[in-house]
Amino acid sequence: MVACHGSTLHRIPLLNAEDIEKVAHLARLGLTREEGQAYAQDLSRILGLVSQMNAVPTDGVEPMTHPDEAGLRFREDVVSGEIDRDRLLAVAPKTRDGLYLVPKVIE
Amino acid sequence: MEWETVIGLEVHAQLKTKSKIFSGAPTAYGAAPNTQANVVDAALPGVLPVLNGEAARMAARFGLAVGATVHKRSVFARKNYFYPDLPKGYQISQYEQPIVERGRLEITTASGEKVIGITRAHLEEDAGKSLHEDMGGFTGIDLNRAGTPLLEIVSEPDMRSAAEAVAYLKTLHTLVRYLDICDGNMQEGSFRCDANVSVRPLGETRLGTRAELKNINSFRFVERAIEYEVRRQIALLSSGGQVRQETRLYDSARDETRSMRSKEEANDYRYFPDPDLPTLVLTDAFLAEVKETMPELPDAKRRRFCAQYGLSAYDAGVLTASRELARYYEEAVEAAAVEPKLVANWVTGELAARLNEEGLDIASAKVTAQALAGLVRRVADGTVSGKTAKDVFEAMWAGEGSADAIIASRGLRQISDDSAIEEVVRQVIEANPKQLAQYRAGEEKVFTFFVGQTMKASRGKANPAKVNEILKRLLAP
Repeated sequence: MVACHGSTLHRIPLLNAEDIEKVAHLARLGLTREEGQAYAQDLSRILGLVSQMNAVPTDGVEPMTHPDEAGLRFREDVVSGEIDRDRLLAVAPKTRDGLYLVPKVIE
Repeated sequence: MEWETVIGLEVHAQLKTKSKIFSGAPTAYGAAPNTQANVVDAALPGVLPVLNGEAARMAARFGLAVGATVHKRSVFARKNYFYPDLPKGYQISQYEQPIVERGRLEITTASGEKVIGITRAHLEEDAGKSLHEDMGGFTGIDLNRAGTPLLEIVSEPDMRSAAEAVAYLKTLHTLVRYLDICDGNMQEGSFRCDANVSVRPLGETRLGTRAELKNINSFRFVERAIEYEVRRQIALLSSGGQVRQETRLYDSARDETRSMRSKEEANDYRYFPDPDLPTLVLTDAFLAEVKETMPELPDAKRRRFCAQYGLSAYDAGVLTASRELARYYEEAVEAAAVEPKLVANWVTGELAARLNEEGLDIASAKVTAQALAGLVRRVADGTVSGKTAKDVFEAMWAGEGSADAIIASRGLRQISDDSAIEEVVRQVIEANPKQLAQYRAGEEKVFTFFVGQTMKASRGKANPAKVNEILKRLLAP
């Protein structure tokens, strides 16, 4: 175990406004300047925690993505369950002829 | 300056499962919009993905077929991006730990055999479809395809020409159909290809900047798109310019590639392991079963056809192009019980030509393997000449019945009886004294005239070998 020096961490300004803008854009979030500043602080603190964890020597340790050894259960390849298109489409803002309609996307 | 082309391909093969990779919705192509997308595919809150075991089995089968490592543990990851046909806001894929790594595929090109490395193959889900036409200024979204299992097969940048890229693709296309893991239908998008293309001065070992070509949905377009792109890059570099790393769309109508600028920032996918899906674990028993149920692969079948039937490498290659064609040939050989090479000639000749003309595949051939065998037997035993047999084949194709029935009803039985042919030949010689004199005066080419006249007089039924032999004897001074 590595000792926690949390109190010193939030003084390190790890993320700037530009970083926040980029992350927000990737997540399609519109942030005000104030929100951006608040997130910069929060996220910097999280990164501080990550850097603290990064300090732990992990040479020779297999990365673990999931804390269970059993692994995935397989589903049999059979068509199952109901599909109620009308109910699914009913929650969409706009539909036509069985399609969801969204603002025009052009590649 | 001399340039070298470097190509790597990414193929998305839709796996032939009945249900989707993470949901029980059906995967059939062409259903009415959104009738095959359930709550999981539509990404309603609270749903959880459950892996279709068959998709894992198919990926493992592919891995074994290309001599790759099939990992006993692999991990699903989220690839995050926003697009309306991806309702979750992420695609479930595999990133750092794919199910298959380090395989190889042997291809045959005009310049010989070559091994192309396969970097990896990973499982992922397909997205839905966006429809832009006639939507009144909107985009329509059909989620039927969303969640269809895909195996993304990534090659090493081992190909050096558009022709090699096409050879690789065709070999891969044949293989996935042999393995029965993908139907290979390129029009329907079951087998899609993106090409990473770069050029570098010949002798240079570092890779040039590459462009990724998308939207190439036929073998012909792959070749054309790559050739266009290579010309573009060489022209650019030769005039002092630089290639930009970007995604380009192939426009088959104009035969050119165009920059797709919208992707500029999209490469930051922020992959992370999907917490909804534990590690994909393949047990030894599972892998052993996959190995046991492996069908005969194209290479092995081709070699067997050469050895067992005495065929040339070329014939064997043509006949093993698909499992169905190979099965047709073997059924015909067995039924005909004649020289297998003769059967091969008919399958790769008349039959293939007819299928090609009518745009049919072997499953829709109008002459069955047994029926073709019946005809080939009549050629082998001398009942009809090869030439007459072609007419019989046409009649069979038109549905007029079996070879024997057509030969009988049309009176096509070849005359091999010496005295009958001799009779016809005598009449022909008698009727053409001028030509006889010419022949005897040394004009040997008149011989073919006599052959023609004899065949005509026998209405094509005289055995040509016998006609030659008898004519030679009777024309001699």
